[in-house]
Amino acid sequence: MRKTALGIILLLLAAGAAAALAARAQAPSAETILDRVDRNAVPGTKIIVAEMTIHGRRDSRTIKAKSWIQGEEKAFTEYLDPPRERGVKMLKLGDQLWTYSPDADRTIAISGHMLRQSVMGSDMSYEDMMEDSKLRQAYEAKVSGEEACAGRPCWVLEMTAKAGETAYPARKAWVDKERYVVLKEERYAKSGKLLKTLEVKSVVSKGGRWIQDRAVFRDVLKPGSGTEMVILSIELDPVIPDVVFSKASLRK
Amino acid sequence: MIIPKLALRNMLGAGIKTWLNAAVLSMAFVTIIGAQGLYRGWDADISRIMTAAEYGGGQYWVKGFDPYDPFTLQDAHAAVPPALTERVEAGKATALLYVPATIYPGGRIRSVVLKGIEPGQKALEFPSSALAGSGAELPALIGNRMAKAAGLAKGDTVTARWRDARGSYDARDLTIVEVMRTSVQSIDEGQIWMPLQTLRKMAGMPGEATMVTLAKDIPAPGAIPGWDFKGLDLLLKDIRDLIAAKQIGGSIVYVILMFLAMLAVFDTQLLSIWRRRKEIGTMMAMGVTRGRAVALFTLEGGLNGVFAALLGAVWGIPLLAYFAKHGMTFTSEQADSFGMAVDKGIFPVYGAGLVLGTTFLVFAVTLIVSYLPARKISRLKATDALRGRMS
Repeated sequence: MRKTALGIILLLLAAGAAAALAARAQAPSAETILDRVDRNAVPGTKIIVAEMTIHGRRDSRTIKAKSWIQGEEKAFTEYLDPPRERGVKMLKLGDQLWTYSPDADRTIAISGHMLRQSVMGSDMSYEDMMEDSKLRQAYEAKVSGEEACAGRPCWVLEMTAKAGETAYPARKAWVDKERYVVLKEERYAKSGKLLKTLEVKSVVSKGGRWIQDRAVFRDVLKPGSGTEMVILSIELDPVIPDVVFSKASLRK
Repeated sequence: MIIPKLALRNMLGAGIKTWLNAAVLSMAFVTIIGAQGLYRGWDADISRIMTAAEYGGGQYWVKGFDPYDPFTLQDAHAAVPPALTERVEAGKATALLYVPATIYPGGRIRSVVLKGIEPGQKALEFPSSALAGSGAELPALIGNRMAKAAGLAKGDTVTARWRDARGSYDARDLTIVEVMRTSVQSIDEGQIWMPLQTLRKMAGMPGEATMVTLAKDIPAPGAIPGWDFKGLDLLLKDIRDLIAAKQIGGSIVYVILMFLAMLAVFDTQLLSIWRRRKEIGTMMAMGVTRGRAVALFTLEGGLNGVFAALLGAVWGIPLLAYFAKHGMTFTSEQADSFGMAVDKGIFPVYGAGLVLGTTFLVFAVTLIVSYLPARKISRLKATDALRGRMS
């Protein structure tokens, strides 16, 4: 009888171990997860109307903008609201960035230390905007665990930059297991100090992709509740004329 | 000789009128010398303190570095060449590394430049030794203006974020080990000084520098590929241009003073010629030529300049000597409002050239202003003058 009981226990343990191994075998590799995240995050072209609410120490202010985006290389943004910012435009071509201010009627190249400045006082710097968004290319990753995030089961990915020139040497991301979209992210300095966080509040399905339409980006080194970004409308894969991504369009 | 004697007698005979003119003119006279001396003293002082604390005997800048163009800062670093390394090791120069960064003091964001300097350097009169032996992992030295602007004090820690040589972000907490009092804004505002080796390690720039500053009076070793030598003439040019601009602005005051004094001389001359027309007619009737009459009145007016110089010397020399000895002192806030380095005060410098030049200028202008109304005499008929008419 005792032998039978021991046999059953061993059998159960073996079955449990086998089930765990099977489950592990089913878990996609970190590279696969990053590939799918990149596919979700980097469509061909898109036109977005979004609002950015900057929560400062004393007050909050909201800026509305329309962006025309082509891959990772080209982006053109025009600020629509508030009236003070209306007409300000921004053009990104590869690693170059220009802004146009209608008040001064001048186009300024943003480079050097100006890239460290925040965009419109938000938690996001121009450098953050210039970041290469293809995680798979830039980072080595490993799945360090599974956790629930925003009520969804997630893979926890720890990423280490492949090359020294990557802005954030380390990142930690919580990726939705089903939708392959980042729901939370932490960006670290070389010293291991946490610099920025991203918390996705809402995700919508559009054209077969999952898109984060509400997120809070935060520079943790400064106080405040971060900068909330809300996508009001998004058009995927529209045809955008090349002229949009030219310096001439800044003055139009 | 009779004309000068007569002119002197007439002027002294005019009494209070003469001395009033001389008093007004002496104010312009002393003000010009005082203000010019002040600017000269400022120039000498600023050159001395900036040379001692920042420029040394000149600087080698890595090619492409432009202190007025922050865009150049990120890439402005290179290995220190052997010719300069020798001088650095011999204590005849010091290497400096600049790394742009962002600090977060009290929840605010400030763009700064992290500057690396050897704590033991002797090339500059800079309190870099405060960076040694503090025990802090990342010691930092800041100036009093930077401390005030960022709300930092000795013993505080502040988070700094920067990008290393390859562009990767790093962030660490720096400890303020000392707040230096300096009159040189250009080594203070927006800057955090750190030990050179520490900063090199933090930024991933071993053996590199943005500039090498030679110690005072150390000759430059000549052209070095990849580095540009900037001599003191160039380094101090902006400051000197700024002083010259302030000097021009200041000269408006003494132009106004001179104008008022000259107006008084001119009016006195006009009035004198009008009141003494019969005397002029008598002189001409007695054989004095028009030219000599004009010379007499011009000289009388010109003597105002001489009296002004004498009167100015009486009250101006003690006053200017007092300022030369004690200087013109400012509070640190007042000094900062000048926009450039001012030590404890400005000590005026009066050269012989300045005093003689100003005397000559005042005298020449007085003579011209005196001559202009006196020209009227050259058109005067003796008969009309005797009747008290001005033709």
